[in-house]
Amino acid sequence: VCIHRVRSCSSIRFIKSKYVCVFDKSALKFSHQQRLFRTSAVSCGQIVQFKLSDIGEGITEVTVKEWYIKEGDSVSQFDSICEVQSDKASVTITSRYDGVIRKLHYSIDDIAFVGKPLVDIEIDASKGVASEEDVVETPPMSHEEHTHQEIKGHKTLATPAVRRLAMENNIKLSEVVGTGKDNRILKEDILNYLAKQTGAILPPSPKAEIVPPLRKTEAVPAAPKDKARKIPVAVSRPIAFSGKDKTEPVTGFQKAMVKTMSAALKIPHFGYSDEIDLTQLVQLREELKPLAEIRGVKLSFMPFFIKAASLGLLQYPILNASLDENCQNVTYKASHNIGVAMDTEQGLIVPNVKNVQVCSVFDIAVELNRLQSLGSAGQLGTSDLTGGTFTLSNIGTIGGTYAKPVILPPEVAIGALGKIQVLPRFNGKGEVFKAQIMNVSWSADHRIIDGATMARFSNLWKSYLENPASMLLDLK
Amino acid sequence: MVLQSFKNCLWVSCVLRAPKACFWSTASGGLIIQSVSNDVYQNLAVEDWIHDHMDLEKQQVLFLWRNSPAVVIGRHQNPWQECNLRLLRQKNIKLARRRSGGGTVYHDLGNINLTFFTTRKKYERMENLKLVVKALKALRPQLDVQVTDRYDILLDRQYKISGTAAKLGRTSAYHHCTLLCNADKFVLSSVLKSPYKGLKSNATPSVPASVKNLFEEDPSLTSEMLLDAIAKEYAVQHQIDHHVTLINPADETLLPGISNKTEELQTWEWVYGKTPKFSISTCLNMAYKDSVLDVKVNMDVKHGRIEVCNIDLPEQWLPPGLYSELVKNLTGSKFCPNETTTLVATLLRVCPQDDELHSRWSLLCENMIRLM
Repeated sequence: VCIHRVRSCSSIRFIKSKYVCVFDKSALKFSHQQRLFRTSAVSCGQIVQFKLSDIGEGITEVTVKEWYIKEGDSVSQFDSICEVQSDKASVTITSRYDGVIRKLHYSIDDIAFVGKPLVDIEIDASKGVASEEDVVETPPMSHEEHTHQEIKGHKTLATPAVRRLAMENNIKLSEVVGTGKDNRILKEDILNYLAKQTGAILPPSPKAEIVPPLRKTEAVPAAPKDKARKIPVAVSRPIAFSGKDKTEPVTGFQKAMVKTMSAALKIPHFGYSDEIDLTQLVQLREELKPLAEIRGVKLSFMPFFIKAASLGLLQYPILNASLDENCQNVTYKASHNIGVAMDTEQGLIVPNVKNVQVCSVFDIAVELNRLQSLGSAGQLGTSDLTGGTFTLSNIGTIGGTYAKPVILPPEVAIGALGKIQVLPRFNGKGEVFKAQIMNVSWSADHRIIDGATMARFSNLWKSYLENPASMLLDLK
Repeated sequence: MVLQSFKNCLWVSCVLRAPKACFWSTASGGLIIQSVSNDVYQNLAVEDWIHDHMDLEKQQVLFLWRNSPAVVIGRHQNPWQECNLRLLRQKNIKLARRRSGGGTVYHDLGNINLTFFTTRKKYERMENLKLVVKALKALRPQLDVQVTDRYDILLDRQYKISGTAAKLGRTSAYHHCTLLCNADKFVLSSVLKSPYKGLKSNATPSVPASVKNLFEEDPSLTSEMLLDAIAKEYAVQHQIDHHVTLINPADETLLPGISNKTEELQTWEWVYGKTPKFSISTCLNMAYKDSVLDVKVNMDVKHGRIEVCNIDLPEQWLPPGLYSELVKNLTGSKFCPNETTTLVATLLRVCPQDDELHSRWSLLCENMIRLM
């Protein structure tokens, strides 16, 4: 015997009796126990066997290739149930009834027979059983309406329930925009149409009742100083929003990034930012662009940024190093394999230009072109994506000025380049001139890099770019 | 009375609108349309659109289209089994999955596509193919072309010049077929040969056949002539004007919702994700240092994603932690070389920095990627 908790709402005190369950196993019979553990889904409708209808051309059997529904799913009339194939023809089987799928008679790749049951559908008791014949989908409208639809060449799909709702509200189905599958008209579409037509407040739904009581007090004339305050008026019309949350598993490349970024977080980052005057470089690039084009190469600013970084790394090799797992050894990498962050459909990919220390600016431009076209085609190879020692991220092509980039292990430094802006600056004579300004934000591993090193490297890199002729002196 | 005048208004607006839009008006019996686009996805989207939106009770439709180089697989096929995906990517040849059944075909501008739209009740493939043969014979009486009971059209009783597929919906159906006029047979045979070994699946297999271009039989023939001849025969049989309406598959006003359909056909989920479940059981022959390692690989791929992955490596060849990390990340990942490349490159960042280890990892991953 089980005694349930009893609560009395009228009094302040709750009268709560303990939840006591006494199972006297000898007294309880097996059938009695079964009744207590009855399943919640109680069938109250009629189960109809939906048979596979004639495919045509004398075909008697087909192969089931895909199920669009599973047991327990609700279906509406005209919803797709499965895809079957017969002799080069793929056939979409749609439901004849509204109801719940109770049984699938075949698995994928089974042979299904015309005239034999395909699925069992439990039909709502209230709706009754539809006839065995194919349901003709002519809408319940006047003859002129029917012709109107032929003129448009469109079919109007709607379930019987939706048609009834339209008819009750004197709505022409042809004037309603369907948002369901195959442009089918759903109940929400009828409601939206009604709301637009009349602007009326529809029959109250639970949402409509949550109107803030403040509205009533606002109607009272307020003192002049209260005029500045504006309280938004709540909308009492229920809005048909059918958006649903979507949960997806994190897989593949995204999953690997989770691991990498979690490791990156363990690196103590420090940031250092500066402003670079690229006026001279902009001019230089304009002069060199046509020369590169003749050679069939697109020249952007990146090859200059990359070469300047490599020249800087020659002076400050610790920025091109790697710290081992136990932070016991620092490896100074001989090659400057400078990574370039690339925005692709997949996300942020970082291919690298190998051995920049022995490449000319033109060589780097050629290599960048190659990596960019492979990147956009989704065809970068593993060697392009591994072995990087230092990274530059040109986030400025998308926008922004300052950033706080995250170091990509096993590297120890990274630079994010903002967009180039035209800004007023003072020259040596104290005059204002038009300068092409770009901001750079560096992040470095504070375990082995100190602020001074980062600052000096940045200054050197900046000096190469602000005065490109100075790069000539140090080019190898 | 109100309804009557409304109908009149619509007729007037139909006439006043641009001529191309008027093809919705009730032309009796039939309608012939031709696509101005050579994009396989746009053209397949037009087929979807007509199938979903047009009322074919009063008029049937013939749709004529050609595509720039593309491989088109059937609804229930496995692209890895059917074609050389590596070659497709290299040559920038598109891959599309159509909604009708049947086997894999190669399209280029030397191939013409014909789609016959009817109601479900009037679906009749033989009639359509006989129409095509009749048109060909009217154009060139000496051509030895005939329809087989597999719905192919053979030239000289040997060479396949046309393949067929069909799609049946609730109320409408379409039957489409190819016709080889002057396609690149060399590219055709190389892209339709799959290099992937050890695949086991219940996907519909293609039946390879020797093909020939009509151009080889009669060099005076062009695709335009064939399209014209078929349109003419269709017009005669449906008792309509021999008038071909040009349509632009990018026209959203004429075909509302077409851009969504075009986009869907290009998604990875449709092209690769709709592949029926399959398994791979193969052996990687990895040349490492002075020896060759035989590594057995077993994978199950469902919805285009790796469900199960087993790589039989020699013990301790990779640290066990690293091996399990690789398998853990591959599981659930797309069976796609690009996805796998970026995945393994990213994972390498958090591996111990050991050259030997890195070269083993790269070797194994390169070989795995070659399976995709």
